[in-house]
Amino acid sequence: MSSENKTIDQFYNYISQRSLMATRCNACGLIFLPPRRGCPKCGSSDVEWTQLKGTGELQTYTIIHIAPPQFQPLTPYAVGIVRLDEGPRLFGIIKDVQHKALKRGLRLTLGFEEQKQEKWPRWPRYHFVPEKR
Amino acid sequence: MAAGESKFGKLEGRYAREIFADAVDEAFEGSPKVDRRDIQALFVGQMSDYYEHQGHSGPIFAEWAGLENVPAFRLEGACASSGLALAAAIMAIGSGRFETVMVGGVEKMTHRSTADVTEILSTASDFPTEQWNGLTFPGAFALIANAHMDRYGTTEEQLARVAVKNHRCGALNPKAHMAKEVTLEQALSSRMIAYPLKLFDCSLISDGAAALILTSPEAAKKYTDTPVHIVGSGQASDTIGLWEREDLTGFLASRLAARRAYEMAGLKPRDIDVAEVHDCFTIAEIVAYEDLRLCGKGEGGRLIDEGATEIHGRIPVNTSGGLKSKGHPVGATGAGQVYEMYRQLLGEAGRMQVEGAETALCHNLGGSGATCAVHILRRGD
Repeated sequence: MSSENKTIDQFYNYISQRSLMATRCNACGLIFLPPRRGCPKCGSSDVEWTQLKGTGELQTYTIIHIAPPQFQPLTPYAVGIVRLDEGPRLFGIIKDVQHKALKRGLRLTLGFEEQKQEKWPRWPRYHFVPEKR
Repeated sequence: MAAGESKFGKLEGRYAREIFADAVDEAFEGSPKVDRRDIQALFVGQMSDYYEHQGHSGPIFAEWAGLENVPAFRLEGACASSGLALAAAIMAIGSGRFETVMVGGVEKMTHRSTADVTEILSTASDFPTEQWNGLTFPGAFALIANAHMDRYGTTEEQLARVAVKNHRCGALNPKAHMAKEVTLEQALSSRMIAYPLKLFDCSLISDGAAALILTSPEAAKKYTDTPVHIVGSGQASDTIGLWEREDLTGFLASRLAARRAYEMAGLKPRDIDVAEVHDCFTIAEIVAYEDLRLCGKGEGGRLIDEGATEIHGRIPVNTSGGLKSKGHPVGATGAGQVYEMYRQLLGEAGRMQVEGAETALCHNLGGSGATCAVHILRRGD
């Protein structure tokens, strides 16, 4: 398979299609993010896109009170590092959660935002929300 | 063989190049046998063009330092920029290409709003993931703090104790930005920036510069009777994204840079008499204790509780006040740490002096740990 589209832009193209994709190494089986054309573990270039469920566990979090100008209207907002069920981690804003309920191990799932970005880099936004039981 | 430093703080109405000239002048004043014409190259660390809308700053700093037409190399590694400049200068001398060079570090930040500075600093994190999703630097270190608290039981009070200690030291430093003591109560009740990090867990937004003059061990003899030797230089990189890393309770780049510096010096952590570590946030100092092996993994909170890192403790850390109290003009910080340790090893640190200090360590971390430079200094015999 062509290695040409193992790019950050392609990752976001998939996000705009409401799909979380990561790169998987066919040689050693590692699933990894950010996407790259070479496996960070074994160096193989036999890498292809693979669909992730978008669910995982919160590893660590914080609540941001002071933010850059474009994020200031959202403050205070929660962000965290999520270990996805397939292995790789992902960073994102966490919405629809009581800040007091944030703790390691909290189950989260990826959500997608509809708002179109006008300016470069025009990447769509995603976020995490608590997983519904 | 020489070191100078500007005042750190809010230096209103002065540009980076002018502040750098202060540091350069002090370096030359302290070493009368060195002539500006002896300097063959400049290695200068500066983080961002955005603060002053000024790129291409290497030759500007050379010009304002009075170093006519020397090759000027600007290095950028976020808050470790001048740690990298020092590492590069050591390689340049070691290679035989140059004999005597200047290492500088500069940043001018306080003329910009806190929101602007927050945004400019955030450019040192990953754009497609971290910046794009609103991560700030306090936020990044808060992710580390929460992971460390969760895993090792480190407390907000222990974090605040780092601030109290460093302000107690900084109050003794005439160059410090915020040279005053703070109480544990003040630190714990300051406003939240990124949970659990409060205002007093964060280092300062400062202006400042530092300059060092380095030469080969042979040439040093003609310039000074009291050289300080750089016996270890270690550097390492890690993923730009904090979220990519397996271990969120410490910095692999710090551990690797420290190991390389200790190995080059032939020294062990217990040989260090005094250290400046990169306390951009209080949690970063606690993590640095562990990454530099001044204590075991997870024991950083206990080390601060025991008072081991106070000026008169077993292993004094950040006797200058650190980034927390002395200030954090990001590009200047690494060279500024060396300035402080140079003074310590010469016995010229005034009220901050650690008696009998012979071996010192400087730990300079870039961003959320994608870059680290560690240097070990020893007083000449």
